[in-house]
Amino acid sequence: MNLFEHIGRFILMVKQAFTKPAKWSVLRKNIVIEINTIGISSLSIVALLSLFIGAVMVIQTASNIDSPLIPAYTVGFATRQSIILEFSSTMICLILAGKVGSNIASEIGTMKLTEQIDALEVMGVNSINHLILPKILASLFIFPFIVLISMGLGLIGGGLIGTQAGIITLEKYIMGLQYYFDPFSVSYSIFKTLFFAFFIATIPSYFGYYVNPSGGALEVGRSGTKSVVASSTVILLINLIITYFLLL
Amino acid sequence: MSIIVNNIKKGFNGTEILKDVSFEFEKGKANLIIGQSGSGKSVLTKCIVGLYEVDSGEVIYGGENFSGMSKSERKKIRSEIGMLFQGSALFDSYSVQENVMFPLTMFSDMSKEEMLDRVNFCLKRVELENKNHLYPSEISGGMQKRVAIARAIALNPQYLFCDEPNSGLDPKTSIVIDNLIYDLTKEYDITTVVITHDMNSVMEIGENIMYIHEGENWWTGDKHSIVTTDNKEIGEFVYASEFMKQLRGKLS
Repeated sequence: MNLFEHIGRFILMVKQAFTKPAKWSVLRKNIVIEINTIGISSLSIVALLSLFIGAVMVIQTASNIDSPLIPAYTVGFATRQSIILEFSSTMICLILAGKVGSNIASEIGTMKLTEQIDALEVMGVNSINHLILPKILASLFIFPFIVLISMGLGLIGGGLIGTQAGIITLEKYIMGLQYYFDPFSVSYSIFKTLFFAFFIATIPSYFGYYVNPSGGALEVGRSGTKSVVASSTVILLINLIITYFLLL
Repeated sequence: MSIIVNNIKKGFNGTEILKDVSFEFEKGKANLIIGQSGSGKSVLTKCIVGLYEVDSGEVIYGGENFSGMSKSERKKIRSEIGMLFQGSALFDSYSVQENVMFPLTMFSDMSKEEMLDRVNFCLKRVELENKNHLYPSEISGGMQKRVAIARAIALNPQYLFCDEPNSGLDPKTSIVIDNLIYDLTKEYDITTVVITHDMNSVMEIGENIMYIHEGENWWTGDKHSIVTTDNKEIGEFVYASEFMKQLRGKLS
């Protein structure tokens, strides 16, 4: 299959996912389960990464602007801009594309391999709608919260290392965080996240759903790898497009 | 209600797997599709249940042309189909109870208590009482098959499909599963289709048998006529094992 055939099949899959579910109560229950699987279980790694990256950003910025002509609060300002505009949305979503994406691809791929998807179809259940729609809706709901938490923790991590290591005073750091703050940067980041969330849920689902069952476990593994590569590429591409149109 | 397949053809990437297959699966009987590996048994079954679309020909459920229906039109007939897959195909993340309850949750308007009663009834029928809260990974292969049968009968199906129900099971458990399928067929007067290449199953429950060879309906009959037929391919299939060869020697 060439790229255009994959894109066509992907669009048809998404269209089928957004059909009316057999039972709304089942969809609601599945969304809650997916919020836990996709979102809540990722919080610890997101928190850890955000705290450490925020801290590293403060050290890096401080070590690179060691000049009496640049005010000290610039450290806070640069850290805020980096974290809000790029790290918490793009970098965290790239990491989640690996963690969540491989999980989704292998889960659905294994279901295909073990005929669980065939079992759903024979029962008359729209398997794409039943399996993939809850993942899409859960991702769209939970990812913005994860990104907001990451922003907060990144800035806290930066503040902690900055003040504890004597790089910057707390007042100067907070002043830097508030300096020319435009709430649009948060909206822009959340806007991007919604796109990323959609593709983090759908691309691995696509690779898992259309795995070649005769390839066995090897093929399921490959589908996980392919899904991470594809979703990371799409995230970077969308990031570029959205940034170009919204910030330039 | 019976299932009739008329002149079914199905191919993949230019290779014809099913070549003009016709057969009637009779109501209230254990209908067997037998044949060697790669003969087209599973493809035929997947065509009958609608997992594959046929290239030509028709599948008729109780007088209604299933293969000519749209996806939404098929829903009614699908609700009357129960299927036991080769690997059981239980949902790993669901407990035994949730697996059996799944079709009820999706397609019935029963209350939670009514569903639970039905689940317990089905589990009791397959002799798996009090296993409700175990997960598929915590039970044996034979138990998994029985849970899959309980799930398949949960909605009182008119048609029961069993794809190699004995695969991976020891001979004793295989007989238990065969007898369970046969008893359910008689008890609910349903049309049962069993895909197998296990001669023990053929001799246990084979009432209406189709032998499929290289995608064609090669022979039809029952468990009595299959051992006496002089068809060369059937002979090679039936008497493939040393045990059957010795048995034939003693009988003759």
